[in-house]
Amino acid sequence: MKQSIVLLNSAAVATHIESDSVVTFKNFTMNFGPQHPAAHGVLRLVLELDGEVVERADPHIGLLHRGTEKLIEYKNYIQALPYFDRLDYVSMMCQEHCYSLAVERLLDTTVPLRAQYIRVLFSELTRILNHLLAVTTHALDVGALTPFLWGFEEREKLMEFYERVSGARMHAAYVRPGGVSQDLPIGLLNDIYIFTKQFNSRVNEIEELLTNNRIWKQRLVDIGVVSAKQARDWGFSGVMLRGSGVSWDLRKSQPYEVYDQLDFHIPVGTHGDCYDRYLIRVEEMRQSLRIVEQCLNNMPEGFIKVDDRKISPPSRANMKFSMESLIHHFKLYSEGFMVPEGQYYAVIEAPKGEFGTFIVSDGTSRPYRCRIKAPGFLHLQGLDFMAKGHMIADVVTIIGTQDIVFGEVDR
Amino acid sequence: MANENSLNTLGQLIVSSVPKFVESVTVENGQLVLTCKSSNLVSLLEYLRDSSFLQFNTLLDVFGMDNLQRSVHNRFEVVYFLLSYSRSERLLVRVSLDSEVELPSVSSVFSSAVWLEREIWDMFGLFFKNHPDLRRILTDYGFRGFPLRKDFPISGYTEVRYSEKRKRVIVKPLQLTQEYRFFEFLTPWNQYFNK
Repeated sequence: MKQSIVLLNSAAVATHIESDSVVTFKNFTMNFGPQHPAAHGVLRLVLELDGEVVERADPHIGLLHRGTEKLIEYKNYIQALPYFDRLDYVSMMCQEHCYSLAVERLLDTTVPLRAQYIRVLFSELTRILNHLLAVTTHALDVGALTPFLWGFEEREKLMEFYERVSGARMHAAYVRPGGVSQDLPIGLLNDIYIFTKQFNSRVNEIEELLTNNRIWKQRLVDIGVVSAKQARDWGFSGVMLRGSGVSWDLRKSQPYEVYDQLDFHIPVGTHGDCYDRYLIRVEEMRQSLRIVEQCLNNMPEGFIKVDDRKISPPSRANMKFSMESLIHHFKLYSEGFMVPEGQYYAVIEAPKGEFGTFIVSDGTSRPYRCRIKAPGFLHLQGLDFMAKGHMIADVVTIIGTQDIVFGEVDR
Repeated sequence: MANENSLNTLGQLIVSSVPKFVESVTVENGQLVLTCKSSNLVSLLEYLRDSSFLQFNTLLDVFGMDNLQRSVHNRFEVVYFLLSYSRSERLLVRVSLDSEVELPSVSSVFSSAVWLEREIWDMFGLFFKNHPDLRRILTDYGFRGFPLRKDFPISGYTEVRYSEKRKRVIVKPLQLTQEYRFFEFLTPWNQYFNK
């Protein structure tokens, strides 16, 4: 199987003496990662093994810790935004969205309808982007390479949409407090439409390879079972929660933006195993596609950011002849806008689960405290109980199903 | 999202059922905030979780706050973010720490608290009593200091680099050729609040 460093931990080697016979049992302590292709980044996992069965899994995280929360305290509200792209670097815009929602709530502004639609459109494209990576790299970890190659071709197209709208393929900084940074370029919606027309059959192709595949099922069914009670107790969210049969999706249960006007379904699992979670991710891609189509059809005309020059910068063209615009532009990009005193905890349904941002403002142009709640952090905490009693190879499956990205776990 | 009135009612209801545990109830920006003493924390969270009417049975987040630069009496504060699936409501429970830097662990009530409290210990140096596994979590092995405290400099105290001579990674005191530049202006540009 995978190459790992095997250490014999002297502390874990216990000698047990019973009357005249000497029984010796050893627990291997094995180091999984931090440079392991199946660890999805920099996870160092200390596994205590009884033969090949995992007794205890102790994730050592923090190898990608950059101190985002601390850095944000020293940046103004616009400068803090790009850090959110770099948390979970496969669902960038969703996190910007969450941060923007928190700031907008403190500013007490309402975003124009067109901006809301654009945000939802790109949130759902991001969800597809994330789930394509989650499902296909999961398959890669388990041993199926082909879906990965196909999935990444589609991801490339999605990242091109990112690029066309913001100029960056990944770290977009597109969704900003007050709306989005710029309007959609001409022809983009048309191309997204062409994408949606063919994407369903791409999902079908991936499903043909995996869903009824005997090996895939042998590796996933009844692995990493989480009961609904466990999922709640351990603070799981997103697919990890819905896989266990809890019907909870913030887009439905506490809708933000225009989700309450859109028609889509929330897939919910029954067994709480890895296979159910795989099926949910696939179905969520299809549902996201439905939302994208509705957004394309309903996309209204109008402003793309709040028409308030104390929050959103003026257009370039305006700056050329209006002194006031020039001043506003300068002030917004040097000092930034001021946010009234208060605190707010914004949550959104990110592809990986419930992503939250808690902002405390002291009335200046910098957040006093910015807490980032990453869904993956709590999921990884649950790795220990999910992996207990499984084989080492299943640990890889469980990490895959949790859809861990270290950018957000370590922050 | 529930409106302010129903949140107020809910808050009053919690206060009336456990008046000894809750110090105050407010609604801030459409979110219910309870304040309680650290000695009552575990009982309060147990009540919120087990009450069949409330069912705040998920602890989504625990985080610390350092109020050093704010005009708030107590320096440290720990906030617990609860969710009730059946009521579809959220709740923040705030615990202000007077002078001490320790509080009881709630990991016996919510399993999810284990890592979240480890993170607070790591970042703020707040000690959790009866915590099953209070190790550092995010910072490096052998790290010293509590980075999210307001008196911890953003650049830190040490720098880590690979030493070609010694063939290993070494930790040295930080040397900056230029001070960290932090611009703080007094601004006359705050019309926003006067709206």
